[in-house]
Amino acid sequence: MSAVPKELKYTKEHEWALIQGNRAKVGITDFAQSHLGDIVYVDLPPLGKEVKRGETLLVVESVKTASDVYAPLSGKVVEINNELSKAPEKVNSDPYGEGWMVVLEIINPQEEGELLAPPDYESYLSTLS
Amino acid sequence: MLKRTPLYQIHLELGARMVPFAGWEMPVQYRGIVEEHLAVRQKAGLFDVSHMGEIRVRGPRALEFLQYLTTNDVSRLKVGQSQYSTVLNERGGIKDDLIVGRLGEEEFFIVPNAANAEKIYAWFKAHEIPQVEIVEETQLWGEIALQGPLSQEILQKLVPFDCNQLPYFHLRESQIKGVPVIVSRTGYTGEDGFEIFSPWEKTPAVWEALMEEGKALPLEPCGLGARNTLRLEMRYALHGNDIDEDTNPLEAGLGWVVKLQKGDFIGRDVLLKVKAEGLKRKLVGFELLEQGVPREHYKVLKEGEEVGLVTSGAYSPSLKRGIGLAYVKVEYQQPGTQLEIQIRDKLFRAQVVETPFWKNGTVGKIRAKEV
Repeated sequence: MSAVPKELKYTKEHEWALIQGNRAKVGITDFAQSHLGDIVYVDLPPLGKEVKRGETLLVVESVKTASDVYAPLSGKVVEINNELSKAPEKVNSDPYGEGWMVVLEIINPQEEGELLAPPDYESYLSTLS
Repeated sequence: MLKRTPLYQIHLELGARMVPFAGWEMPVQYRGIVEEHLAVRQKAGLFDVSHMGEIRVRGPRALEFLQYLTTNDVSRLKVGQSQYSTVLNERGGIKDDLIVGRLGEEEFFIVPNAANAEKIYAWFKAHEIPQVEIVEETQLWGEIALQGPLSQEILQKLVPFDCNQLPYFHLRESQIKGVPVIVSRTGYTGEDGFEIFSPWEKTPAVWEALMEEGKALPLEPCGLGARNTLRLEMRYALHGNDIDEDTNPLEAGLGWVVKLQKGDFIGRDVLLKVKAEGLKRKLVGFELLEQGVPREHYKVLKEGEEVGLVTSGAYSPSLKRGIGLAYVKVEYQQPGTQLEIQIRDKLFRAQVVETPFWKNGTVGKIRAKEV
């Protein structure tokens, strides 16, 4: 069973967002990291990059494949997790903690309503396997 | 509808992630590609490769037939020996790369790639000559690859013959737990190992026997993911990626299995011409000099100008960096040449290196006289 922490919001593309005021910390879910397998490189975006909700935010490379991570919300990249360049495997071992990827400054707070609440993401996961 | 190997149920029980590959439903990984990869480098791993093709060619003119259809010199094979080879089209392009084993004076056992098995059988049939029988046996044989430095230790407990008497690139018929098998000392990983062919429906019994003997290691079930990273570290070509009907064996670095002096074979005239004119491109190994993972179809550049294309790329679990194979213009084939790989919208520094990438494989230690 994949972990789905209660304090986060989710997308069907398996990103999570921790929203605090006008900022959202973003990563990929336990389901996503488990499905990708060993993550060996996280191609982080430059600070200041602006993305619309649903656009490619960054790319995660597992041994097997390169996968896009989409922006769960429209925003500007204001922090990136540089630790991942030394230890990309943290995405596997701690996807909701040390495996966080970027912090977005939220441009359009109304989009938050389109994210999935934990029970909804859990039921979505149950339809996948 | 995807085909399933005789080990399909076992894969599900082991929790494998199954993917479509060459028309088959195959395990891509069990515990994880890196773990499986390192298990083969350090101890031993077990692969289901039952999707691979098998074709038997026999008869008084079987040797003559194979000399014309394949590029290596089949006449140098003694009974019990096998060789790596290629089959070319009339343009000198590689229809497949395969292993040709000699089971008897007039009997050969050929193992083409899964994706090409039907095509190669049809190609052989189209060139059939009298006194040669060509039999398609893909669905008769399951195949298990036992690979890794401890492979012999495991297999020795299950077979009646002395494994030391089966050198690299040799094969023989034998038995495992009463099941008739063909054991071939070959592989696609760079480590010592065996490829074991067993009757389709008896293959689960062979798998279970090997897993039981290897329990203490443990013997790691390995999927196609690890198979790919292991073969890439050795620079073994993958048909469909690094070689195909539009690449010739000389530019692919497979000239060592092309014996132009042995007499005529399909594609020979084209290769002679290619050789006389000189190669335009060459398949080289490269490593990234910064963090990142090269993948097939990425562009290779030299100071901004496009000079080649990546055909295979991966993160190397042994070397812990991005490695790949690429066709580049011949002037850039020398080890040490600095290149750039375009990954999405960025250029990553890379350099051409000597291959194999992985130089400590146990296969080097058991390598006997190959032909």
